Amino acid sequence: MNLNELTIKQAAEGLKKGDFSSVELTKACLKRIKERNEEINAFITVNEEGALEDAKIADGLIDEGEATVLTGIPFSVKDAICTAGIRSTGSAKILDNYIPPYDATVIKKIRGQGGVLIGKTNCDAFGHGASNENSMYGPVRNPHDLSKVAGGSSGGSAASVADNMCIYSIAEDTGGSIRQPASFCGVDGLRPSYGRNSRYGIMPMGSSLDTVGPITKTVFDTALIMEQIAGNDPLDATTVSDPVPNYPEEIEENIKGLKIGIPKEYFELEGLNDEVKEITFRQIEKLKKLGCKIVDVSLPYTKYSIAVYYIIVPSEDSSNLGRLDGIRYGVRVSGGNLYSLYAKSREQGFPEEVKRRILIGTYALSAGYYDAYYKKAQTVRTLIKKDFEDVFKKVDALITPSSPFSAFGIGEKINDPLALYMADVMVSPAAVAGMPALNVFAEKDSSGLPVGVQIIGPRLKEEIILRVGHNLEIK
Amino acid sequence: MSISIEEVKKIAVLARLNLTPDEEKRHAETISDVLEYMKILNEVDTKGVEQTSQVTGLENVVREDVPRDSEIKKELMEQMPEVRENELVVPAVFEEETDA
Repeated sequence: MNLNELTIKQAAEGLKKGDFSSVELTKACLKRIKERNEEINAFITVNEEGALEDAKIADGLIDEGEATVLTGIPFSVKDAICTAGIRSTGSAKILDNYIPPYDATVIKKIRGQGGVLIGKTNCDAFGHGASNENSMYGPVRNPHDLSKVAGGSSGGSAASVADNMCIYSIAEDTGGSIRQPASFCGVDGLRPSYGRNSRYGIMPMGSSLDTVGPITKTVFDTALIMEQIAGNDPLDATTVSDPVPNYPEEIEENIKGLKIGIPKEYFELEGLNDEVKEITFRQIEKLKKLGCKIVDVSLPYTKYSIAVYYIIVPSEDSSNLGRLDGIRYGVRVSGGNLYSLYAKSREQGFPEEVKRRILIGTYALSAGYYDAYYKKAQTVRTLIKKDFEDVFKKVDALITPSSPFSAFGIGEKINDPLALYMADVMVSPAAVAGMPALNVFAEKDSSGLPVGVQIIGPRLKEEIILRVGHNLEIK
Repeated sequence: MSISIEEVKKIAVLARLNLTPDEEKRHAETISDVLEYMKILNEVDTKGVEQTSQVTGLENVVREDVPRDSEIKKELMEQMPEVRENELVVPAVFEEETDA
């Protein structure tokens, strides 16, 4: 087995025992990136020199016995997350030259314990998309079939992990951006509860929905990372102060007697692929064999979540993206007066989908339309949230497909934005409600493409969904 | 629900975005599709339902208002597109603001 193929658990054990060094592990990942990135396009920036320097420092920490489980482990970071001293574009040309002066809190925690940041991964610009085709640095290709999309928006993160170009990735999920690409690329990924992990230093999209979480090769690795990165942050007033559980320990417990709900609305959705449905039901059978009690449940407002999501997010987005104007940082297109500086910098710096979302949001928030769109969406959001709160009085977790279909062809949906929005149908409800949700790789379909299932849990109960996912994965 | 090219132009000015005539046309079509789809929300009776603007339940999160050094002044200055005598250069602010 090549070093770059290891999980965090395996790599940390190898480093501790002295089987190999962090420099060797990092070189193995860099070699893989050199071999594969040209085709897959998972990385926008490779931090080769910096990573090797960090690896040397990590080897020193390991020698001195000061290593944590993430010390010396190479990881990638979605380019919409700020990394000190390393270019962070958000996959848009308006930030083509942007070098953040600070680390996002989550990244600071990992780098602070000797994590090796190997590079910044491609994504849909500022997280706008479900196929990674809305990047101004080209689409990411799915490592399992280069003619297919890697999913989005964190397509580069998912592909970099699936193709062993790093050991894990840190990404961002507003309405499915971790879970859907993880599902398309055959890896695991967690959207934590809103407020569980700090959002400080991520490029904001829908501020009331944005979350930061890991994409990994195993659910156990996700638990290891969550234990290190979760918790209150004075720099993000929306983080909660609830204690962070010992996730790796908690998920080892079996799942006998847990009640798992099957929400019928997810399985009745138009466009759900038969094979994906069958694969999901095979996982449900497995849960039964592991001693879970399977319960049919209903979340009647599920079908409204896409409409709610695509009003709230573009609205918050149009406001958030106001900061990108060519004035204080990023690429400025000069010439003419102040208005033309703004309008030209934004014209050249944003891809079409970013402009579309800004226009939708500006429209939905404008006088005369605010009540009909934004306010209406925020009230239906209450009902979607209540659906989940009610159902979690009856069951411990829910299982659904992560996507109605496996990875689709590059270019297949790009001219139909609404069709692409509908790709979020399985992943947006939990996001709108602020619930944690996990994608776990299940199996490949008949065309050889990965299919994942989604485990959704009650707010701040990451340990339950990680436990269910871990048990599904190892048994 | 549909949106006209004229409306797209108007919103684009509000949002400080230059668009080509092609883009204006495409946005008018695709955004009309999206708005048409949003009509699904009219099926939902939301009378008396409160809005959800955040999901954490946290209220009045405050911190002490004490000045502190940002420690990254130099790095922030380095990111500025144009600097003269240690200050950010911008076009005149008090001219006619829009040329649209």
